[in-house]
Amino acid sequence: MIWSWEFVAEITPDLLKGLVVTVKITLISSVAALSIGLFFAIAKMSSVDLVRRSAVLVTETIRRTPLLVQLYFLFYVLPDIGIVLSPMIAGTIGLGLHYGTYVSEVYRAGIINVPAGQWEAARACNLTTRQTWTEIVLPQAIPPMIPPLGNYVIAMFKETPILSAITVLDLMGEALAKANFSYRYLEPITLVAVGFLFVSLCSAALIRLLENYLKRQAA
Amino acid sequence: MGLHVASRAPDCQPIIEFRNVEKSYGSLKVLEQLSFSVKAGEHLALIGPSGSGKTTILRILMTLESVTAGDVIVNGVCLNHEQRGGKQVPSSEAHLRRMRGAFGMVFQHFNLFPHKTALQNVALAPVLTGSLSKAAAKERALQMLENVGLADKAHEYPSRLSGGQKQRVAIARALALQPKILLLDEITSALDPELVEEVLNVITNLRNETDMTMLLVTHEMGFAKDFSDRVLFFERGKIVEEGPPSEIFLSPHHERTKSFLRKIIAAGHRL
Ligand SMILES: Nc1ncnc2c1ncn2[C@@H]1O[C@H](COP(=O)(O)OP(=O)(O)O)[C@@H](O)[C@H]1O
Ligand SMILES: [Mg+2]
Repeated sequence: MIWSWEFVAEITPDLLKGLVVTVKITLISSVAALSIGLFFAIAKMSSVDLVRRSAVLVTETIRRTPLLVQLYFLFYVLPDIGIVLSPMIAGTIGLGLHYGTYVSEVYRAGIINVPAGQWEAARACNLTTRQTWTEIVLPQAIPPMIPPLGNYVIAMFKETPILSAITVLDLMGEALAKANFSYRYLEPITLVAVGFLFVSLCSAALIRLLENYLKRQAA
Repeated sequence: MGLHVASRAPDCQPIIEFRNVEKSYGSLKVLEQLSFSVKAGEHLALIGPSGSGKTTILRILMTLESVTAGDVIVNGVCLNHEQRGGKQVPSSEAHLRRMRGAFGMVFQHFNLFPHKTALQNVALAPVLTGSLSKAAAKERALQMLENVGLADKAHEYPSRLSGGQKQRVAIARALALQPKILLLDEITSALDPELVEEVLNVITNLRNETDMTMLLVTHEMGFAKDFSDRVLFFERGKIVEEGPPSEIFLSPHHERTKSFLRKIIAAGHRL
């Protein structure tokens, strides 16, 4: 099979549309994962035994089953009980939930790594619980969370092609559509790889900038 | 060194009173039926082997730990219980916050806030608790840093300070809310030997120039002797012997006290 620039030119506009969808899904799913992760983290650190145990059970279950299965569940099984989700919504919820479990661990580790002495000093300074969190704990816990959170966002981005399995027309979905129609796989799939590589490199650079900025803030 | 005697007329009512206090972690009994009291303005040294419960006593006062049984009375008010609807109930966080205002604490490992400058460390509590405006808090924090000889380090972060400087900032921070009672937990034991004196000098100044009640846990027996009006010697959560420093350090009655002091001196601490 010979590389055809003509075919590339023909499919590129639709693939770019797909890339925009992919980036959009990643961003929305990231926000979902960061929020769901926070919810799980708080539940896992709760002083109420039942809440803590349930949170661990739920997150472990989600983490130990494949994302693809969860997506099928959300998109193909839920309609059986009357819950119909669009491919985009199902995909965002799936990614958000799945990565939310990993994100919750990042939050938890970040908070646990703030030494007990900091909580005690805050108490000795007679700060309220809220002030202790906002002034003492979070400013120390958040900077070390940024690199692992950034990595999860990039990992999530690289995993979005799986959403084509529930008919989302992201970059991969568009490429597969073109390929199946023309029986040419070389150009669409290569362009998918290039598209992902490009966005990955850009976002890795962005995260590095953010890290450096935070490091300078801390110093 | 002369023997210091409490110069102020002691109040009839003690500022701190432990009544049959017990503290356990699971099956480990750390304090047992502990009763003692401290007069306002008194300078008390708590000595004893590692693990005898000295830190626990300070942490209970700072409300970092609760008691398992018994009562702690501060300024005539119970710390671990409060009256609500005519009944005694365990202290709420609000009650603990009110009680906490009486105390300042300096920790063995400083526990400075690493993301705040020396000045911010000291000014933080007065600003956040609303006891002073931002400008007034900053001004007073500067004054306090000057009192501990660190005016020139006000804008440094803790990571850029020596151990002795860190501990002096921590002392200034503990004083920022103008506590009636200062709790000092082995404040020099994490320091290089050459940095100990600068910290102890600050404490000596506070001792001589304020009327704060001070509780000092230390292995620096020479300093304890000059500093204290009274010494409590602890072992396994109990007071074995108490008395004026001249008596405890120079002619202790109990064999346990004698052997503890011998060990401390053998370990290189001066008396
Ligand atoms: N959080 C805790 N959990 C279990 N045991 C503790 C805890 N804190 C202190 N202890 C134990 O309580 C005892 C007294 O400790 P501490 O008050 O720190 O003694 P000291 O300050 O005299 O060395 C020790 O045996 C210590 O191991
Ligand atoms: Mg101790």
